[in-house]
Amino acid sequence: MNDKPETSKWQSALLVALRFLLGWYLLYEGIYKFLDPEWSSVAFLAESTWIFKGVADWIVSNPGVLNTVDFLNTWGLTAIGLGLILGLFTKVAAIAGCALLGLYYLFNPPFIGLGTTIPLEGNYLIVNKTLIEAVMLLLIAVAPSARLLGLDTLLFNRKNK
Amino acid sequence: MTSSQNDKNQKPGMGRRRMLKSLAGIPVLGLLGIEVLRKWKYDEKHNIRKQIVNELGLDDLLDSVKTVTESKGDLIRIGIAGFGMRGPQLAQALGFMEKKQFDDAVKNGSLDAQISHGNFNVAITGICDVFDLHAAKGLEVARHDIFTGGDIARKNPVKRYSHYHDMINDPDIDAVIIATPDHHHVPMTIDAVNAGKHVYCEKSPIHREEEILPLYETVKNSDIVFQMGHQIPQNAVFQQAKEIIRRGMLGNISHVETTTNRNTPHGAWIRHLDDDGNPKPGDRRTIDWKQWLGSAPDAPFSIKRFYSWARYFEYETGLYGQLFSHEFDAVNQLLHLGIPEIVSATGGQYYYNDFGQIPDMLHTSYEYPDKGITLTYSANLTSSKTRPRTIYGRDASMTVGGHLTMTPDGDSERYAGLLEKELVDPSRPMLEILKGSSLEESIDAVSSPTTRYYASRGLTTTTIEGREWDVTHLHLKEWLDCIRNGGETSANIEMALEEAVVIAMSDISYREKCRTTWDAENKKIVRV
Repeated sequence: MNDKPETSKWQSALLVALRFLLGWYLLYEGIYKFLDPEWSSVAFLAESTWIFKGVADWIVSNPGVLNTVDFLNTWGLTAIGLGLILGLFTKVAAIAGCALLGLYYLFNPPFIGLGTTIPLEGNYLIVNKTLIEAVMLLLIAVAPSARLLGLDTLLFNRKNK
Repeated sequence: MTSSQNDKNQKPGMGRRRMLKSLAGIPVLGLLGIEVLRKWKYDEKHNIRKQIVNELGLDDLLDSVKTVTESKGDLIRIGIAGFGMRGPQLAQALGFMEKKQFDDAVKNGSLDAQISHGNFNVAITGICDVFDLHAAKGLEVARHDIFTGGDIARKNPVKRYSHYHDMINDPDIDAVIIATPDHHHVPMTIDAVNAGKHVYCEKSPIHREEEILPLYETVKNSDIVFQMGHQIPQNAVFQQAKEIIRRGMLGNISHVETTTNRNTPHGAWIRHLDDDGNPKPGDRRTIDWKQWLGSAPDAPFSIKRFYSWARYFEYETGLYGQLFSHEFDAVNQLLHLGIPEIVSATGGQYYYNDFGQIPDMLHTSYEYPDKGITLTYSANLTSSKTRPRTIYGRDASMTVGGHLTMTPDGDSERYAGLLEKELVDPSRPMLEILKGSSLEESIDAVSSPTTRYYASRGLTTTTIEGREWDVTHLHLKEWLDCIRNGGETSANIEMALEEAVVIAMSDISYREKCRTTWDAENKKIVRV
């Protein structure tokens, strides 16, 4: 008897859709930053609270480091978004995306007593959308069926189930 | 089973289907691409910033900002008179800092903007301060120039002068910076000019009415380069404000409002105690009190007077000399108002009683009927609520300081079209220039958080061609460039004359409780 839970077609389809949606979201974030020459992570970093505040202040006060961080953000988001949409190196892209969003979360977590002046479009306590997105990316990374419909199937010659 | 065997066992059509499945992301990507393009086109079409820039013809506004050139030329040997609070700041703007302070600043990344720019090729070869402690600090600072790691300073050793006459008359000094209490400004400037030294003098230009003409005539009839310590014209934002006014974009200007808003004892020049409430160092042994008093009335040695001198009319005109002088210079540089017809001042000590004479509440109006403009100066030393320097025109008002805003007037005829189309709104600025940053990021409410963040980091620096500069550094540079190459300084003796008359008129109006006018023919202030 096979106890392994089967992934239904609908579940697979939704996982792939989720991958496309997350990819779209991250890729556009990257493209937006690329298209706006004035964009910089400085405003976000300047508002940083909690354990990474020191690191954020250091980045902001060093123009070279700040430029590198901006560059990595823009192109990191673009590469991760492309990977997720195209299904290319999906697992790597999803884990990298999860790590990046995790960092965003930790730089400004919605914990009690950590005020922020960044405008929020919702109300959060410990859990916010960034954290949920990071976990969703982990789901993409661990669910094989989320990697259906993508260049990985060709590249890694994955068998269709 | 190996992958090649797997391939062979696949039914015909499987490969094509797998290929199609593997490319499923391409249409998604294509769709995103189309949407990004659509959004970009939409944003371009609805770009309020661009529309306003076109409508106002502002696209070349940045051209009005002076670019910063390299300062080249022979070494200039500078003597600094007064090394209390402003002296060290000026020395740093020249590129001189105590070695330890410099090393610490490098380590913690707190070095000011100008440090990485522009070696002036100057040496501080003279320090004169009546207080041994300040003089010793001055010597330390002068021994370490940050551009050559102390090389210039080693080749041109600094000397302490116990009396300013000795420094001014030393042929090894080319130019002097005067950063003393105000009652020394004119005597020192006149002596320095007579000794052939170029002068950079901190504000205020004068302390008493009688000093105005001797100062003006001495400088005017000499070949020396004179610069008042008003650095605001060097600010890129300020230069753009000038251009906006020149183009008549505010319409007919009727009123200028200048203010001072402070709410600390330090801000009210109560400075003789340290953080623990103990008197700061200095006594009769270490301070040459007689020289410090100079031409001021005799008074017993007082540590209060020594540090908090700006509270006493014997040494200063108070708020006028300390802060209004900057305000007036700013307005005069922008609008060339000159000397008003009538000055009228009121105010008093409402909070800091029994400590010197200067008021903590002061309101003064300056009337220019021939120009159709009134200027007001309102100072409050018991509230730090910001009231920006504002220029009111019939079509728009402008605030100008560390950054600039221009807000349309709701009844403006000039901007009626923009107002009707709701492209601009009288309740918010139609133009914001943050620290001289590029115009593209400066229009309406679309300024990026980044530029806003940088703008809030103080009003002492300006951005020119993407680099941040200390405006005092640029102001000293202008003085040094004029010494080497000729030319006119921004805060020259003509500007100083107008400022001096206005300060004296204000001071007399407040102290003598009268209105004052200027008799241009006889060059004297008249009480009315």
